[in-house]
Amino acid sequence: MAEDKIIKRREFIHTGVRFALGISLAGIGVAAARKTTAEKWVWQIDPAKCTQCGRCATDCVKSPSAVKCIHAYEVCGYCDLCGGYFKPGVKKMETGGENHLCPTAAIQRKFIEEPYFEYVIIEELCIGCAKCVKGCSSFGNGSLHLQIRHNLCDNCNECAIARVCPSDAISRVPASQPYIIKGDFHGGTKA
Amino acid sequence: MKNIGHKIVFLSFFVLILVQANAQRFPKPEFESGYEQPSPTTPEPRSNALEYLDVLILFASLSLASWLVIKRRSRRGVLWLSIFTLLYFGFYREGCICSVGSIQNITLALFDPVYKISITVLIFFLLPLVFALFFGRTFCAGACPLGAIQDILVFRPVSIPVWVRKALGFIPYLYLGLAVLYAATGTDFIICRYDPFVGFFRMDGPYTMIIIGIALLLLGLFFARPYCRVFCPYGVLLNWMSRFSKYHMTITPAECISCKLCEPSCPFDAIEIPVSEKVRTQKVLRQNLKRFSLYALLIPVWMFIGGYAVSSSHVLLSKAHQDVYLSELLIAHPELKSDTKNLDIKAFLESGKTFDELVANASLIRAKFKSGGWFLGGFLGLVIGIMIMNQFVFRTKTIYEPHKGDCFSCGRCMDYCPVVKLK
Repeated sequence: MAEDKIIKRREFIHTGVRFALGISLAGIGVAAARKTTAEKWVWQIDPAKCTQCGRCATDCVKSPSAVKCIHAYEVCGYCDLCGGYFKPGVKKMETGGENHLCPTAAIQRKFIEEPYFEYVIIEELCIGCAKCVKGCSSFGNGSLHLQIRHNLCDNCNECAIARVCPSDAISRVPASQPYIIKGDFHGGTKA
Repeated sequence: MKNIGHKIVFLSFFVLILVQANAQRFPKPEFESGYEQPSPTTPEPRSNALEYLDVLILFASLSLASWLVIKRRSRRGVLWLSIFTLLYFGFYREGCICSVGSIQNITLALFDPVYKISITVLIFFLLPLVFALFFGRTFCAGACPLGAIQDILVFRPVSIPVWVRKALGFIPYLYLGLAVLYAATGTDFIICRYDPFVGFFRMDGPYTMIIIGIALLLLGLFFARPYCRVFCPYGVLLNWMSRFSKYHMTITPAECISCKLCEPSCPFDAIEIPVSEKVRTQKVLRQNLKRFSLYALLIPVWMFIGGYAVSSSHVLLSKAHQDVYLSELLIAHPELKSDTKNLDIKAFLESGKTFDELVANASLIRAKFKSGGWFLGGFLGLVIGIMIMNQFVFRTKTIYEPHKGDCFSCGRCMDYCPVVKLK
């Protein structure tokens, strides 16, 4: 009889605590639900904030980095002397390979018409080091800029580059507008 | 000759840019050759529909795991399910999205007014806990890729002494508390950063991560599921839920005959063996009750000591925050302000924020750590207090049962039970 009572009491306490735990879970759920969106969030670089420090190439969990250089053709001046293509300070400016700035030769240039050139990034070679971006934004229109490529990005819970980005340029954006591309471009938000 | 002329024109533009900084320096040319300007490609991120599919698969694997251990009683089934989980949530989804890490997203969402989370993250956080409240830790058995990678490598488990287990059992609480504190202050997501196995899932990662991961897996050959038992912060929450679960896996399908066959079957030392009535003399009981009440009364003292200790180490704890680190560095070494090699300082100076703003923000974060330290320390004090107090709780047990909090519901013990259920 006494044993029965103890078991009943234990069961009662168990049920009570279970309900309490259930209610607190529901409470957390409701409190957090006010901050939820149906859409998911992805990481992206704001080119306006980026200071081209080079950490995108070294700190991404992917190797090579999921950050690549994007060329916003809309903004490009199609210069002959491209600050993103040629190394600064070389003795003689020519189109020879030794003058190229990109460490992996990921930028190709094509002659269009006198005196304009089109610059194309070969994404497989780009490591996201931002050397060309620095050159382009210092001496040119800034059409070369870094973006996180979502076919490569793992969308980590906390972006390893965002954590070390000195200029807080990486933040989460809604997945429906996953790119911040310079110039008038329909695929992303205008920067 | 014409080319050189153009170069000179462009060079003169370089001079111009010093005057006007942000405008488009070189206008877009008007092409005569009919050149069509390409647009940059924008590969889409993984679609929303697939994220919802993940939720569906989580729900399905939790349901299946619960059915397999409670109703079907099939260890083999659980094993195949955990291999599927390892392949899907582990190697295919590369360890992200994960319920363990979602603690931090939920915390940050509750504390940061602008931080938003996707509904799938909330479901990933809640669903395993709700299942644990009804069926025990079936998430650990069949739906957690971190658990699965360790579970299939349990080779020759050794039994760990109770006192070692109890002492190590404190670490997950500490890990959980720190993870919540760091997430709430927007400092860092430490659970994700020190996730030991995500490097294997991605087949890529920093070498420290891979080394720790390999070390844990090797340790796991003998000390079964080391991450789950010694570190997993989500395991703390699952443990609480599972202790009060409505249903739970049982070793025996019918009546336990105390044959002791299942005793060595659990690699995680989660089977509680019967305690005989004999030790429970009146004298021992009275003494235990006295000690129990004494240590129950001491709990507020532990909480205060813990709170004070953690709160006073807020200076140390807050160093992990970037702004605190930077302002401390600049106050201690003002000469670094002209150091152009330090990327953080350089970027800060270029950002246009003043030094006072940085220091103000840093002290705000430090204050958060100070008050948060009281909560964390108080929580840890409470945990220690209850752990000590529970040493004197004495319950008679007549049958072999899994410890509902510690049991991962993997189902290994079920195959050892000779009892057959008669219908």
